[in-house]
Amino acid sequence: MFALLLDDTEARVTVIVNGDTVSVPTSFTAAAAMLLYGNGATRTTAISGEGRAPYCMMGVCFECLMEINGEPNQQGCLVAVSEGMRINRQRGKREVHE
Amino acid sequence: MTATCDLAIIGAGPAGMAAAATAADLGLSTVVLDEQPEPGGQIYRGIDRLAATRPRHLEILGLDYAAGLELTRAFRKANIDYLDNAQVWQVEPDGRVFYRRNGAADILNAKKILIAPGAMERPLPVPGWTLPGVLTCGAGQTVLKANGLAPKGRFVLAGCGPLLLLFAAQLVRAGVKPAAILETTFNRWAALSYLPGFLAAPGYLGKGLALLRELKAAGIPIHKGVTQLAIKGDTQAREIEFVCDGTTHREPVDTVFLHQGVVPNGNLAWSLNLAHEWDNAQRCFRPTLDAWGRSSVPAILVAGDAGGIVGAKGAEAMGQVAAFATATDLGGISIEECNQRAGIARASLAKHRAARPFLDALYRPHQCWVAPPDPVTVVCRCEEVRSGEIRQLVNAQNCPGPNQMKSFVRCGMGPCQGRLCGLTVVELIAECRGLPVSEVGYYRIRPPVKPVTVGDLAALNVATRHDAVGL
Repeated sequence: MFALLLDDTEARVTVIVNGDTVSVPTSFTAAAAMLLYGNGATRTTAISGEGRAPYCMMGVCFECLMEINGEPNQQGCLVAVSEGMRINRQRGKREVHE
Repeated sequence: MTATCDLAIIGAGPAGMAAAATAADLGLSTVVLDEQPEPGGQIYRGIDRLAATRPRHLEILGLDYAAGLELTRAFRKANIDYLDNAQVWQVEPDGRVFYRRNGAADILNAKKILIAPGAMERPLPVPGWTLPGVLTCGAGQTVLKANGLAPKGRFVLAGCGPLLLLFAAQLVRAGVKPAAILETTFNRWAALSYLPGFLAAPGYLGKGLALLRELKAAGIPIHKGVTQLAIKGDTQAREIEFVCDGTTHREPVDTVFLHQGVVPNGNLAWSLNLAHEWDNAQRCFRPTLDAWGRSSVPAILVAGDAGGIVGAKGAEAMGQVAAFATATDLGGISIEECNQRAGIARASLAKHRAARPFLDALYRPHQCWVAPPDPVTVVCRCEEVRSGEIRQLVNAQNCPGPNQMKSFVRCGMGPCQGRLCGLTVVELIAECRGLPVSEVGYYRIRPPVKPVTVGDLAALNVATRHDAVGL
Protein backbone atom coordinates (compact mmCIF):
# COMPACT_ATOMS: atom_id res chain seq x y z
CA MET A 1 0.00 0.00 0.00
CA PHE A 2 2.84 2.40 0.85
CA ALA A 3 6.47 2.90 -0.07
CA LEU A 4 9.24 4.97 1.45
CA LEU A 5 10.35 7.89 -0.72
CA LEU A 6 13.88 7.04 -1.73
CA ASP A 7 16.05 9.86 -0.40
CA ASP A 8 15.21 9.23 3.23
CA THR A 9 18.47 9.46 5.12
CA GLU A 10 17.21 9.07 8.67
CA ALA A 11 18.75 6.65 11.15
CA ARG A 12 16.97 3.32 11.35
CA VAL A 13 15.86 0.81 13.95
CA THR A 14 14.99 -2.85 13.66
CA VAL A 15 11.45 -3.87 14.54
CA ILE A 16 9.49 -7.10 14.18
CA VAL A 17 6.22 -6.66 12.26
CA ASN A 18 3.92 -9.71 12.44
CA GLY A 19 7.01 -11.88 13.00
CA ASP A 20 9.12 -10.40 10.19
CA THR A 21 12.26 -8.51 11.13
CA VAL A 22 12.40 -5.22 9.20
CA SER A 23 14.27 -1.92 9.36
CA VAL A 24 12.37 1.39 9.60
CA PRO A 25 13.38 5.04 10.13
CA THR A 26 13.47 6.19 13.76
CA SER A 27 10.71 8.72 12.97
CA PHE A 28 8.22 5.90 12.43
CA THR A 29 5.29 5.00 14.63
CA ALA A 30 4.16 1.40 15.02
CA ALA A 31 1.24 2.18 12.70
CA ALA A 32 3.56 3.61 10.02
CA ALA A 33 5.61 0.40 10.21
CA MET A 34 2.38 -1.57 9.72
CA LEU A 35 1.43 0.55 6.67
CA LEU A 36 4.80 -0.26 5.12
CA TYR A 37 5.12 -3.92 6.13
CA GLY A 38 1.82 -5.04 7.70
CA ASN A 39 0.18 -6.24 4.48
CA GLY A 40 -3.47 -5.24 4.97
CA ALA A 41 -5.56 -5.59 8.11
CA THR A 42 -3.81 -4.73 11.37
CA ARG A 43 -6.64 -5.90 13.61
CA THR A 44 -9.92 -7.75 13.45
CA THR A 45 -12.89 -6.13 15.14
CA ALA A 46 -14.35 -7.29 18.44
CA ILE A 47 -17.88 -7.27 16.96
CA SER A 48 -17.87 -9.05 13.57
CA GLY A 49 -14.21 -10.00 13.25
CA GLU A 50 -13.74 -8.06 10.02
CA GLY A 51 -10.30 -6.66 9.17
CA ARG A 52 -9.35 -3.04 9.81
CA ALA A 53 -6.20 -1.00 9.30
CA PRO A 54 -4.90 2.47 10.32
CA TYR A 55 -7.33 5.12 9.10
CA CYS A 56 -6.66 8.62 10.52
CA MET A 57 -3.01 8.37 11.70
CA MET A 58 -3.63 11.19 14.21
CA GLY A 59 -5.05 9.45 17.25
CA VAL A 60 -8.79 10.00 16.82
CA CYS A 61 -10.18 6.89 15.07
CA PHE A 62 -8.68 4.05 17.17
CA GLU A 63 -8.65 1.76 14.11
CA CYS A 64 -4.90 1.17 14.56
CA LEU A 65 -5.27 -0.64 17.89
CA MET A 66 -2.55 -3.29 17.83
CA GLU A 67 -0.37 -5.41 20.04
CA ILE A 68 2.95 -3.76 20.83
CA ASN A 69 5.60 -5.64 22.82
CA GLY A 70 2.90 -8.04 23.98
CA GLU A 71 0.60 -5.24 25.20
CA PRO A 72 -2.76 -5.26 23.36
CA ASN A 73 -5.01 -2.28 22.50
CA GLN A 74 -2.18 0.18 21.85
CA GLN A 75 -2.89 3.11 19.50
CA GLY A 76 -0.20 2.28 16.96
CA CYS A 77 -0.16 5.77 15.43
CA LEU A 78 0.85 7.31 18.77
CA VAL A 79 3.64 4.87 19.68
CA ALA A 80 7.13 5.64 18.36
CA VAL A 81 9.18 2.64 17.23
CA SER A 82 12.17 1.53 19.25
CA GLU A 83 14.90 -1.08 18.70
CA GLY A 84 13.53 -4.61 18.82
CA MET A 85 9.87 -3.55 19.15
CA ARG A 86 7.41 -6.37 18.43
CA ILE A 87 4.40 -5.07 16.52
CA ASN A 88 1.59 -7.54 15.95
CA ARG A 89 -1.85 -7.67 14.42
CA GLN A 90 -4.57 -7.77 17.09
CA ARG A 91 -7.35 -10.34 16.81
CA GLY A 92 -10.76 -9.36 18.18
CA LYS A 93 -10.99 -7.84 21.62
CA ARG A 94 -8.11 -7.89 24.06
CA GLU A 95 -7.84 -10.73 26.52
CA VAL A 96 -7.93 -9.97 30.24
CA HIS A 97 -5.45 -12.18 32.04
CA GLU A 98 -5.90 -13.31 35.63
CA MET B 1 3.64 17.21 44.51
CA THR B 2 1.40 18.54 41.80
CA ALA B 3 2.94 21.18 39.52
CA THR B 4 1.17 24.51 39.12
CA CYS B 5 1.22 27.18 36.43
CA ASP B 6 -0.68 30.23 35.17
CA LEU B 7 -1.63 28.74 31.83
CA ALA B 8 -1.82 25.14 30.62
CA ILE B 9 -2.11 24.79 26.85
CA ILE B 10 -3.34 21.53 25.39
CA GLY B 11 -2.05 21.03 21.88
CA ALA B 12 1.12 22.24 20.13
CA GLY B 13 -0.30 23.04 16.71
CA PRO B 14 -0.33 26.60 15.34
CA ALA B 15 -2.81 27.85 17.97
CA GLY B 16 -1.04 26.23 20.92
CA MET B 17 2.46 27.18 19.80
CA ALA B 18 1.55 30.81 19.10
CA ALA B 19 -0.36 31.07 22.38
CA ALA B 20 2.60 29.66 24.29
CA ALA B 21 5.14 32.06 22.78
CA THR B 22 2.84 35.03 23.42
CA ALA B 23 1.99 33.93 26.96
CA ALA B 24 5.66 33.52 27.82
CA ASP B 25 6.34 37.05 26.49
CA LEU B 26 3.58 38.31 28.76
CA GLY B 27 5.27 36.72 31.76
CA LEU B 28 2.81 33.88 32.33
CA SER B 29 4.20 30.60 33.62
CA THR B 30 3.09 28.32 30.81
CA VAL B 31 2.97 24.55 30.32
CA VAL B 32 2.18 23.01 26.93
CA LEU B 33 0.98 19.41 26.77
CA ASP B 34 0.95 17.72 23.37
CA GLU B 35 0.25 14.20 22.24
CA GLN B 36 2.95 14.11 19.55
CA PRO B 37 6.74 13.74 19.94
CA GLU B 38 7.35 17.06 18.14
CA PRO B 39 5.58 20.44 18.01
CA GLY B 40 3.63 21.44 14.89
CA GLY B 41 0.25 19.80 15.24
CA GLN B 42 -1.06 17.94 12.21
CA ILE B 43 -0.60 20.86 9.81
CA TYR B 44 3.14 21.23 10.52
CA ARG B 45 3.60 17.62 11.56
CA GLY B 46 7.25 16.53 11.86
CA ILE B 47 8.52 19.79 10.37
CA ASP B 48 11.68 20.30 12.45
CA ARG B 49 12.98 16.81 11.83
CA LEU B 50 11.98 16.89 8.17
CA ALA B 51 13.87 20.16 7.63
CA ALA B 52 16.93 18.66 9.33
CA THR B 53 16.99 15.19 7.76
CA ARG B 54 15.27 15.42 4.37
CA PRO B 55 14.98 19.09 3.37
CA ARG B 56 14.13 18.16 -0.25
CA HIS B 57 10.72 17.10 1.03
CA LEU B 58 9.99 20.73 1.95
CA GLU B 59 9.59 21.32 -1.80
CA ILE B 60 7.10 18.47 -2.04
CA LEU B 61 5.04 19.76 0.86
CA GLY B 62 5.17 23.41 -0.20
CA LEU B 63 5.68 26.88 1.24
CA ASP B 64 2.65 26.84 3.54
CA TYR B 65 4.12 23.82 5.32
CA ALA B 66 7.64 25.27 5.44
CA ALA B 67 6.17 28.42 7.04
CA GLY B 68 5.63 26.34 10.18
CA LEU B 69 9.38 26.42 10.87
CA GLU B 70 9.08 30.02 12.01
CA LEU B 71 6.44 29.02 14.56
CA THR B 72 8.29 25.98 15.90
CA ARG B 73 11.47 28.07 16.22
CA ALA B 74 9.68 30.74 18.29
CA PHE B 75 7.98 28.00 20.31
CA ARG B 76 11.22 26.20 21.14
CA LYS B 77 12.88 29.47 22.16
CA ALA B 78 10.00 30.53 24.42
CA ASN B 79 10.41 30.29 28.17
CA ILE B 80 7.79 27.57 28.72
CA ASP B 81 7.56 23.97 29.87
CA TYR B 82 6.82 21.75 26.88
CA LEU B 83 5.57 18.25 27.67
CA ASP B 84 5.68 16.21 24.47
CA ASN B 85 4.09 12.74 24.21
CA ALA B 86 1.54 13.80 26.85
CA GLN B 87 -1.98 12.42 26.56
CA VAL B 88 -4.54 14.49 28.44
CA TRP B 89 -7.43 12.30 29.52
CA GLN B 90 -9.36 14.76 31.66
CA VAL B 91 -9.59 18.49 32.32
CA GLU B 92 -11.60 19.88 35.23
CA PRO B 93 -13.24 23.33 35.37
CA ASP B 94 -11.19 24.05 38.52
CA GLY B 95 -8.00 24.03 36.45
CA ARG B 96 -6.71 20.51 36.92
CA VAL B 97 -5.25 18.67 33.95
CA PHE B 98 -4.89 14.88 34.22
CA TYR B 99 -2.41 13.39 31.79
CA ARG B 100 -0.24 10.41 31.01
CA ARG B 101 3.34 10.74 29.83
CA ASN B 102 6.16 8.20 29.48
CA GLY B 103 4.00 5.52 31.04
CA ALA B 104 3.16 7.52 34.18
CA ALA B 105 0.06 9.49 35.17
CA ASP B 106 0.28 13.01 36.58
CA ILE B 107 -1.76 16.11 37.40
CA LEU B 108 -1.09 19.74 36.58
CA ASN B 109 -2.85 22.64 38.30
CA ALA B 110 -3.40 25.67 36.11
CA LYS B 111 -5.16 28.99 36.71
CA LYS B 112 -6.32 29.03 33.09
CA ILE B 113 -6.47 26.28 30.49
CA LEU B 114 -6.34 26.87 26.75
CA ILE B 115 -7.75 24.00 24.74
CA ALA B 116 -6.15 23.82 21.29
CA PRO B 117 -6.58 20.25 20.01
CA GLY B 118 -7.20 21.42 16.45
CA ALA B 119 -9.38 19.80 13.85
CA MET B 120 -10.13 16.30 12.64
CA GLU B 121 -11.45 15.25 9.27
CA ARG B 122 -15.19 15.16 8.89
CA PRO B 123 -16.18 11.53 8.41
CA LEU B 124 -17.16 10.54 4.87
CA PRO B 125 -19.24 7.42 5.54
CA VAL B 126 -19.69 5.44 2.34
CA PRO B 127 -20.08 1.68 1.82
CA GLY B 128 -16.65 0.06 2.24
CA TRP B 129 -14.94 2.96 4.04
CA THR B 130 -13.88 0.58 6.82
CA LEU B 131 -11.83 -1.65 4.46
CA PRO B 132 -8.06 -1.81 4.89
CA GLY B 133 -6.58 0.36 2.15
CA VAL B 134 -9.03 3.20 2.82
CA LEU B 135 -7.54 6.10 4.77
CA THR B 136 -8.25 9.80 5.11
CA CYS B 137 -6.33 12.33 3.01
CA GLY B 138 -5.06 13.72 6.30
CA ALA B 139 -3.64 10.30 7.20
CA GLY B 140 -1.90 10.07 3.84
CA GLN B 141 -0.50 13.56 4.31
CA THR B 142 0.60 12.78 7.87
CA VAL B 143 2.72 9.80 6.82
CA LEU B 144 4.13 11.81 3.91
CA LYS B 145 5.19 14.59 6.32
CA ALA B 146 6.23 12.58 9.34
CA ASN B 147 7.58 9.41 7.74
CA GLY B 148 8.32 10.07 4.06
CA LEU B 149 5.73 7.45 3.06
CA ALA B 150 3.81 7.71 -0.21
CA PRO B 151 1.10 5.40 -1.57
CA LYS B 152 2.21 2.60 -3.85
CA GLY B 153 0.12 1.11 -6.66
CA ARG B 154 -3.15 2.53 -7.96
CA PHE B 155 -4.91 5.04 -5.76
CA VAL B 156 -7.66 7.65 -5.93
CA LEU B 157 -8.66 10.64 -3.81
CA ALA B 158 -12.38 11.09 -3.19
CA GLY B 159 -14.44 13.78 -1.50
CA CYS B 160 -13.90 17.52 -1.44
CA GLY B 161 -12.04 20.36 0.21
CA PRO B 162 -8.78 22.29 -0.06
CA LEU B 163 -6.79 19.60 1.76
CA LEU B 164 -7.74 16.99 -0.85
CA LEU B 165 -6.38 19.15 -3.66
CA LEU B 166 -3.26 20.07 -1.69
CA PHE B 167 -2.51 16.42 -0.87
CA ALA B 168 -2.98 15.47 -4.54
CA ALA B 169 -0.52 18.17 -5.61
CA GLN B 170 2.01 17.12 -2.96
CA LEU B 171 1.85 13.53 -4.21
CA VAL B 172 2.37 14.68 -7.79
CA ARG B 173 5.47 16.62 -6.65
CA ALA B 174 6.66 13.46 -4.88
CA GLY B 175 6.40 11.62 -8.19
CA VAL B 176 3.32 9.52 -7.43
CA LYS B 177 0.20 10.35 -9.41
CA PRO B 178 -3.36 9.68 -8.28
CA ALA B 179 -5.27 7.62 -10.85
CA ALA B 180 -8.18 10.04 -10.41
CA ILE B 181 -9.73 12.67 -8.16
CA LEU B 182 -13.43 12.12 -7.47
CA GLU B 183 -14.93 15.42 -6.37
CA THR B 184 -18.19 14.99 -4.47
CA THR B 185 -19.26 18.50 -3.55
CA PHE B 186 -18.51 21.78 -5.21
CA ASN B 187 -21.12 24.54 -4.71
CA ARG B 188 -19.74 27.14 -7.10
CA TRP B 189 -22.91 29.28 -7.25
CA ALA B 190 -23.71 29.20 -3.55
CA ALA B 191 -20.14 30.30 -2.80
CA LEU B 192 -20.06 33.14 -5.28
CA SER B 193 -21.64 35.75 -3.01
CA TYR B 194 -18.83 35.20 -0.46
CA LEU B 195 -16.09 35.77 -3.04
CA PRO B 196 -15.29 39.39 -2.03
CA GLY B 197 -14.29 38.33 1.51
CA PHE B 198 -12.22 35.51 0.10
CA LEU B 199 -10.42 37.88 -2.26
CA ALA B 200 -9.75 40.27 0.61
CA ALA B 201 -7.84 37.55 2.48
CA PRO B 202 -4.57 37.68 0.57
CA GLY B 203 -3.07 34.55 -0.91
CA TYR B 204 -6.01 32.18 -0.73
CA LEU B 205 -7.32 32.46 -4.30
CA GLY B 206 -3.86 32.38 -5.86
CA LYS B 207 -2.93 29.24 -3.92
CA GLY B 208 -6.15 27.47 -4.87
CA LEU B 209 -5.78 28.26 -8.56
CA ALA B 210 -2.11 27.25 -8.54
CA LEU B 211 -3.03 23.84 -7.08
CA LEU B 212 -5.68 23.28 -9.76
CA ARG B 213 -3.21 24.27 -12.50
CA GLU B 214 -0.63 21.89 -11.07
CA LEU B 215 -3.10 18.98 -11.09
CA LYS B 216 -4.27 19.81 -14.59
CA ALA B 217 -0.70 20.02 -15.89
CA ALA B 218 0.01 16.61 -14.35
CA GLY B 219 -2.93 15.20 -16.30
CA ILE B 220 -4.83 13.93 -13.27
CA PRO B 221 -8.45 13.17 -14.27
CA ILE B 222 -10.84 15.12 -12.02
CA HIS B 223 -14.43 13.79 -12.01
CA LYS B 224 -16.82 16.46 -10.74
CA GLY B 225 -20.25 16.01 -9.20
CA VAL B 226 -19.58 12.43 -8.17
CA THR B 227 -22.39 10.61 -6.31
CA GLN B 228 -23.05 7.11 -4.91
CA LEU B 229 -19.47 6.43 -3.93
CA ALA B 230 -18.77 2.88 -2.75
CA ILE B 231 -15.57 0.98 -2.10
CA LYS B 232 -15.55 -2.74 -2.81
CA GLY B 233 -13.19 -5.48 -1.70
CA ASP B 234 -12.96 -8.68 0.29
CA THR B 235 -10.24 -8.14 2.87
CA GLN B 236 -8.85 -4.99 1.29
CA ALA B 237 -10.05 -2.16 -1.00
CA ARG B 238 -9.98 -3.44 -4.60
CA GLU B 239 -12.38 -1.23 -6.52
CA ILE B 240 -14.12 2.11 -6.20
CA GLU B 241 -17.54 2.58 -7.76
CA PHE B 242 -19.18 5.96 -8.37
CA VAL B 243 -21.76 7.69 -10.50
CA CYS B 244 -20.74 10.67 -12.62
CA ASP B 245 -22.78 12.29 -15.41
CA GLY B 246 -25.43 9.59 -15.04
CA THR B 247 -23.00 6.74 -15.66
CA THR B 248 -21.67 4.21 -13.16
CA HIS B 249 -17.90 4.01 -13.21
CA ARG B 250 -15.62 1.41 -11.64
CA GLU B 251 -11.92 1.90 -11.04
CA PRO B 252 -9.52 -0.72 -9.68
CA VAL B 253 -7.67 0.60 -6.61
CA ASP B 254 -5.10 -0.44 -4.04
CA THR B 255 -5.65 2.58 -1.83
CA VAL B 256 -8.39 5.19 -1.43
CA PHE B 257 -7.98 8.53 0.37
CA LEU B 258 -11.23 10.10 1.58
CA HIS B 259 -11.79 13.67 2.69
CA GLN B 260 -14.62 16.14 3.11
CA GLY B 261 -13.24 19.04 5.04
CA VAL B 262 -12.34 19.34 8.69
CA VAL B 263 -14.40 19.90 11.83
CA PRO B 264 -13.41 20.78 15.42
CA ASN B 265 -11.73 17.95 17.31
CA GLY B 266 -14.27 18.34 20.06
CA ASN B 267 -14.23 15.60 22.67
CA LEU B 268 -12.21 17.53 25.27
CA ALA B 269 -14.44 20.63 24.93
CA TRP B 270 -17.60 18.50 25.12
CA SER B 271 -16.27 16.61 28.15
CA LEU B 272 -16.00 19.94 29.99
CA ASN B 273 -19.64 20.68 29.24
CA LEU B 274 -18.70 23.90 27.47
CA ALA B 275 -21.71 25.60 25.84
CA HIS B 276 -21.78 24.66 22.15
CA GLU B 277 -23.62 25.94 19.10
CA TRP B 278 -24.40 24.53 15.66
CA ASP B 279 -22.44 26.24 12.89
CA ASN B 280 -24.72 25.81 9.90
CA ALA B 281 -22.19 27.10 7.38
CA GLN B 282 -19.51 24.67 8.53
CA ARG B 283 -22.09 21.96 9.27
CA CYS B 284 -20.65 21.10 12.68
CA PHE B 285 -20.89 22.04 16.36
CA ARG B 286 -18.39 24.41 17.92
CA PRO B 287 -17.91 25.74 21.44
CA THR B 288 -19.49 29.15 22.07
CA LEU B 289 -16.63 31.61 22.53
CA ASP B 290 -16.23 35.35 22.97
CA ALA B 291 -13.98 37.32 20.60
CA TRP B 292 -10.96 36.40 22.77
CA GLY B 293 -11.56 32.64 22.93
CA ARG B 294 -13.15 32.56 26.41
CA SER B 295 -15.63 29.70 26.77
CA SER B 296 -18.73 29.40 28.97
CA VAL B 297 -16.53 27.93 31.75
CA PRO B 298 -14.44 30.70 33.39
CA ALA B 299 -11.09 28.89 33.54
CA ILE B 300 -11.31 27.48 30.01
CA LEU B 301 -10.39 29.13 26.70
CA VAL B 302 -10.37 27.56 23.25
CA ALA B 303 -8.19 28.55 20.28
CA GLY B 304 -7.63 27.31 16.75
CA ASP B 305 -9.79 24.97 14.71
CA ALA B 306 -11.20 23.38 17.89
CA GLY B 307 -13.23 26.59 18.28
CA GLY B 308 -14.58 26.48 14.71
CA ILE B 309 -12.51 26.04 11.56
CA VAL B 310 -10.24 29.06 10.90
CA GLY B 311 -7.24 27.46 9.15
CA ALA B 312 -3.61 27.39 10.30
CA LYS B 313 -2.93 31.12 10.03
CA GLY B 314 -6.22 32.00 11.71
CA ALA B 315 -5.44 29.48 14.45
CA GLU B 316 -2.07 31.10 15.07
CA ALA B 317 -3.70 34.51 15.49
CA MET B 318 -6.43 33.06 17.69
CA GLY B 319 -3.79 31.51 19.96
CA GLN B 320 -2.10 34.87 20.40
CA VAL B 321 -5.41 36.60 21.09
CA ALA B 322 -6.29 34.00 23.75
CA ALA B 323 -2.89 34.49 25.42
CA PHE B 324 -3.52 38.25 25.69
CA ALA B 325 -6.96 37.56 27.18
CA THR B 326 -5.44 35.17 29.73
CA ALA B 327 -2.79 37.68 30.79
CA THR B 328 -5.52 40.30 31.23
CA ASP B 329 -7.81 37.98 33.22
CA LEU B 330 -4.94 37.03 35.53
CA GLY B 331 -4.08 40.70 36.12
CA GLY B 332 -0.77 40.66 34.26
CA ILE B 333 -1.74 43.46 31.89
CA SER B 334 -4.50 46.04 31.84
CA ILE B 335 -7.46 45.87 29.48
CA GLU B 336 -6.12 48.93 27.65
CA GLU B 337 -2.71 47.34 27.19
CA CYS B 338 -4.35 44.11 26.05
CA ASN B 339 -6.47 45.91 23.44
CA GLN B 340 -3.43 47.74 22.17
CA ARG B 341 -0.97 44.85 22.06
CA ALA B 342 -3.44 42.33 20.67
CA GLY B 343 -4.35 44.63 17.78
CA ILE B 344 -2.16 42.98 15.16
CA ALA B 345 -3.25 39.45 16.09
CA ARG B 346 -6.92 40.44 16.10
CA ALA B 347 -6.60 42.07 12.69
CA SER B 348 -4.89 38.96 11.34
CA LEU B 349 -7.61 36.73 12.79
CA ALA B 350 -10.32 38.89 11.20
CA LYS B 351 -8.55 38.72 7.84
CA HIS B 352 -8.26 34.94 7.85
CA ARG B 353 -11.80 34.52 9.17
CA ALA B 354 -13.04 36.56 6.21
CA ALA B 355 -11.83 33.85 3.83
CA ARG B 356 -13.89 31.12 5.52
CA PRO B 357 -17.46 31.84 4.36
CA PHE B 358 -16.43 31.30 0.72
CA LEU B 359 -14.61 28.03 1.47
CA ASP B 360 -17.40 26.90 3.83
CA ALA B 361 -20.03 27.49 1.16
CA LEU B 362 -17.96 26.03 -1.69
CA TYR B 363 -17.34 22.74 0.08
CA ARG B 364 -20.37 22.48 2.40
CA PRO B 365 -21.18 18.77 2.14
CA HIS B 366 -24.52 17.75 0.68
CA GLN B 367 -27.04 15.78 2.71
CA CYS B 368 -26.14 12.44 1.06
CA TRP B 369 -22.55 12.68 2.34
CA VAL B 370 -23.41 13.44 5.97
CA ALA B 371 -26.50 11.19 6.27
CA PRO B 372 -25.62 8.14 4.18
CA PRO B 373 -28.61 6.99 2.06
CA ASP B 374 -27.36 3.42 1.49
CA PRO B 375 -28.55 1.45 4.57
CA VAL B 376 -25.47 -0.83 4.59
CA THR B 377 -23.08 2.07 5.23
CA VAL B 378 -21.26 1.67 8.53
CA VAL B 379 -21.74 4.82 10.62
CA CYS B 380 -20.20 3.83 13.97
CA ARG B 381 -16.99 2.10 12.93
CA CYS B 382 -16.20 0.83 16.44
CA GLU B 383 -19.53 -0.82 17.21
CA GLU B 384 -20.36 -1.50 13.55
CA VAL B 385 -23.73 0.24 13.51
CA ARG B 386 -25.11 0.92 10.02
CA SER B 387 -27.14 3.87 8.76
CA GLY B 388 -30.17 1.66 7.99
CA GLU B 389 -30.29 0.52 11.61
CA ILE B 390 -30.06 4.09 12.93
CA ARG B 391 -32.87 5.28 10.63
CA GLN B 392 -35.02 2.31 11.62
CA LEU B 393 -34.49 3.00 15.34
CA VAL B 394 -35.58 6.61 14.91
CA ASN B 395 -38.49 5.92 12.57
CA ALA B 396 -39.89 2.72 14.10
CA GLN B 397 -38.66 2.79 17.71
CA ASN B 398 -38.85 6.55 18.27
CA CYS B 399 -35.24 6.80 19.38
CA PRO B 400 -35.16 10.58 19.94
CA GLY B 401 -31.47 11.51 20.13
CA PRO B 402 -27.82 10.47 20.03
CA ASN B 403 -27.59 9.55 23.71
CA GLN B 404 -30.61 7.27 23.49
CA MET B 405 -29.00 5.74 20.39
CA LYS B 406 -26.14 4.67 22.69
CA SER B 407 -28.57 2.69 24.83
CA PHE B 408 -30.18 1.08 21.80
CA VAL B 409 -27.11 -0.07 19.88
CA ARG B 410 -23.94 1.15 21.69
CA CYS B 411 -23.44 3.63 18.84
CA GLY B 412 -20.56 5.96 19.78
CA MET B 413 -19.51 3.85 22.77
CA GLY B 414 -16.48 2.11 21.27
CA PRO B 415 -12.82 3.07 21.59
CA CYS B 416 -13.10 6.29 19.53
CA GLN B 417 -15.87 7.57 21.83
CA GLY B 418 -18.06 8.91 19.03
CA ARG B 419 -15.39 10.97 17.30
CA LEU B 420 -15.90 9.18 13.98
CA CYS B 421 -19.71 8.78 14.12
CA GLY B 422 -21.06 11.66 16.21
CA LEU B 423 -21.81 14.11 13.42
CA THR B 424 -23.25 11.40 11.14
CA VAL B 425 -25.55 10.09 13.88
CA VAL B 426 -26.96 13.52 14.70
CA GLU B 427 -27.42 14.35 10.99
CA LEU B 428 -29.30 11.06 10.47
CA ILE B 429 -31.54 11.63 13.50
CA ALA B 430 -32.22 15.22 12.42
CA GLU B 431 -33.15 14.07 8.91
CA CYS B 432 -35.50 11.32 10.14
CA ARG B 433 -37.19 13.55 12.69
CA GLY B 434 -37.35 16.60 10.42
CA LEU B 435 -35.55 18.73 13.01
CA PRO B 436 -32.55 21.04 12.77
CA VAL B 437 -29.37 19.39 14.09
CA SER B 438 -29.12 22.10 16.75
CA GLU B 439 -32.27 20.65 18.36
CA VAL B 440 -31.01 17.06 18.19
CA GLY B 441 -27.83 17.98 20.07
CA TYR B 442 -24.74 15.83 20.46
CA TYR B 443 -23.43 12.89 22.47
CA ARG B 444 -22.80 13.59 26.14
CA ILE B 445 -19.02 13.09 26.19
CA ARG B 446 -17.47 12.19 29.53
CA PRO B 447 -13.88 11.83 30.69
CA PRO B 448 -11.60 10.01 30.25
CA VAL B 449 -11.32 11.33 26.68
CA LYS B 450 -8.21 9.19 26.15
CA PRO B 451 -7.61 5.64 27.35
CA VAL B 452 -6.34 5.41 30.91
CA THR B 453 -5.61 2.32 32.96
CA VAL B 454 -6.67 1.60 36.53
CA GLY B 455 -2.93 1.44 37.23
CA ASP B 456 -2.51 5.04 36.01
CA LEU B 457 -5.30 6.22 38.31
CA ALA B 458 -3.92 4.28 41.27
CA ALA B 459 -0.47 5.80 40.71
CA LEU B 460 -1.75 9.38 41.08
CA ASN B 461 -0.93 11.40 44.16
CA VAL B 462 -3.13 10.02 46.96
CA ALA B 463 -4.48 13.43 47.96
CA THR B 464 -5.83 14.07 44.48
CA ARG B 465 -6.70 10.70 43.03
CA HIS B 466 -10.11 10.45 44.67
CA ASP B 467 -11.19 13.25 42.33
CA ALA B 468 -9.95 11.50 39.23
CA VAL B 469 -12.36 9.81 36.96
CA GLY B 470 -14.21 6.83 38.32
CA LEU B 471 -12.78 6.94 41.85
